[in-house]
Amino acid sequence: MKILVCITHVPDTTSKIAFTDNSTKFDQTGVQYIIGPYDDYALARAVELKEATGGSISVLNVGEAETEPTLRKALAIGADDAIRVNAFPTDAFFVSKQIAKVAEEGGYDLILMGRESIDFNGGQVHGMVGELLGMPSMSPVMTLDIEGNTAKLTREIEGGKEFMEVKLPAVLGCQEPIAEWKIPNMRGIMSARTKPLSVVEPTGDAPATTVDNFELPPAKKGVTMVDAENMDELVNLLKNEAKVI
Amino acid sequence: MSALAFVELDEGKVKKSSLEAVTYANAVAGDATAIVFGSMDDGQADLIGSAGASKVLHVTDEKLASPNIMAYASAIAEAMNGGYDQLILAKSSLGDPVSARVAIKTNAALAANVSEPLSGDVAKTSIYTGKAFANTKLNGNRKVISIKKNAVEIKTDGGSASVEAFSPTINNGDFKAKVTSTEKATGDVLLPEADIVVSGGRGLKGPENWGMIEELAKTLGAATACSKPVSDMDWRPHHEHVGQTGIKVSPTLYIAVGISGAIQHLAGVNSSKYIVVINKDLEAPFFKAADYGVVGDAFEVVPKLTEAIKAQQG
Ligand SMILES: Cc1cc2nc3c(=O)[nH]c(=O)nc-3n(C[C@H](O)[C@H](O)[C@H](O)COP(=O)(O)OP(=O)(O)OC[C@H]3O[C@@H](n4cnc5c(N)ncnc54)[C@H](O)[C@@H]3O)c2cc1C
Ligand SMILES: Nc1ncnc2c1ncn2[C@@H]1O[C@H](COP(=O)(O)O)[C@@H](O)[C@H]1O
Repeated sequence: MKILVCITHVPDTTSKIAFTDNSTKFDQTGVQYIIGPYDDYALARAVELKEATGGSISVLNVGEAETEPTLRKALAIGADDAIRVNAFPTDAFFVSKQIAKVAEEGGYDLILMGRESIDFNGGQVHGMVGELLGMPSMSPVMTLDIEGNTAKLTREIEGGKEFMEVKLPAVLGCQEPIAEWKIPNMRGIMSARTKPLSVVEPTGDAPATTVDNFELPPAKKGVTMVDAENMDELVNLLKNEAKVI
Repeated sequence: MSALAFVELDEGKVKKSSLEAVTYANAVAGDATAIVFGSMDDGQADLIGSAGASKVLHVTDEKLASPNIMAYASAIAEAMNGGYDQLILAKSSLGDPVSARVAIKTNAALAANVSEPLSGDVAKTSIYTGKAFANTKLNGNRKVISIKKNAVEIKTDGGSASVEAFSPTINNGDFKAKVTSTEKATGDVLLPEADIVVSGGRGLKGPENWGMIEELAKTLGAATACSKPVSDMDWRPHHEHVGQTGIKVSPTLYIAVGISGAIQHLAGVNSSKYIVVINKDLEAPFFKAADYGVVGDAFEVVPKLTEAIKAQQG
């Protein structure tokens, strides 16, 4: 089975978010970059599927040269080759067009992504790529097994889950507990250095959206402490000050 | 400019988040049409009308009675081509994938996690898991907008909505994925729909202590939630876990009990309107993000709070 895993290069989950240039650029000062946590689950499941049934794993990122260490990390975790589409990932539509083109040329049986990126949190790219390729797209996928050309999976819904059968090829947005994150071992890290990483140029598609500027949420006005013995006071505040109960 | 709102049903009843989508559609276009799939209980079209729609397109085809991402996307795109340039929907496990596919089918620009009404062509979208916003310009003249809970307050003084049958083309290609069975809690308030959320963390020591959380939630008509370690240890189901890797909620009130307030937890709850924190440790980081705080032992404070609320309710 040929698997394509699409990964994002995103700020670590503990990063402080700030902007520069009149709030038009993300401030990278002191920020550590990681493989998106959901993409990491997708990659981990891909490695398990490959171990069980053979095949190959390609990882793909749409990003500028600075994302290559993140792609190398994915190679160390177990991908066989990496592809970088050399462009800033302006918006979901633009990114989806790039992924769809690579996917079309590669003829993959399974395209795994994260349920959402943790920078733009759109949860859009899997659906868009699925639609562009005429494939089913499902997300968020919590368990995944492959039987012949069918994916048997569970998808989380509000208050529970759905059990599904999806014809391959398909695009799936993954989340835990689909697999445990894999930490690269020494052999993986060594071999990642020599695995192929190809750089391709983007299509000419224009993004569908553009960011005018960024904003931080207004600062909280500070906490009002209430004595643990005085829950009537808390109820009073919630009822008459906040007006939420 | 006319707007279509995708309205989801939960066991025959319109979801509250979908009524927000209807009101939002009315606010951006001056009028709205709702599209609904499957059988509706009595009185639901009236609710949709009061929320701001003048028309309901009702799809009753048996093949589309239960949720199907690809087929719903095709049907909605077909409806949009009947004269709508905007689609508004609420963020959900069905709405998200449908919105992405419709955007491609109709050449529309898509904005997700939108937290307030559009200003011109600019949507305020929540990014970095609630830690920031992007003022996002939607290019072109067609738009798909997926809203977060509490992006608008549901209108209750709209008119009545006429119900019109809508029979979209059925494409066999849209049935490559099928749901074989569903496992779902019934009777509970669904977490993403809830106005009030009561959430428990590792401070509660074990699943056997969730009774008092459920009791408080029941008293408030709230949904229950939890931190990640709690669902990792199987004290509570995964779909209750909020945060960076879980559900993102934006209720009017979030009550956190025995949760430290790690940055990854806050990421899922920081757009709540009000936050109450109950923790025995004054140094817990959650207090910095709280509006009201109580330092104390949850096992004593929570039952007292529940009693105080009951006393108020009379
Ligand atoms: C990549 C990544 C993603 C993550 N995603 C998430 C996520 O989505 N959601 C999430 O929640 N976490 C997430 N985490 C984990 C997060 O970092 C914290 O570890 C977690 O939120 C801690 O859960 P907790 O507050 O329940 O437990 P703890 O940190 O153990 O806190 C327990 C709290 O209970 C208090 N307490 C103890 N006893 C009592 C008592 N009797 N009465 C009152 N208070 C009491 C303590 O003072 C303490 O503050 C993530 C971590 C990583 C690395
Ligand atoms: N720039 C990118 N390069 C490769 N994959 C991406 C990129 N952006 C998003 N994806 C994939 O699409 C998923 C959903 O992203 P999003 O729609 O941005 O929430 C992510 O988890 C990734 O798997």
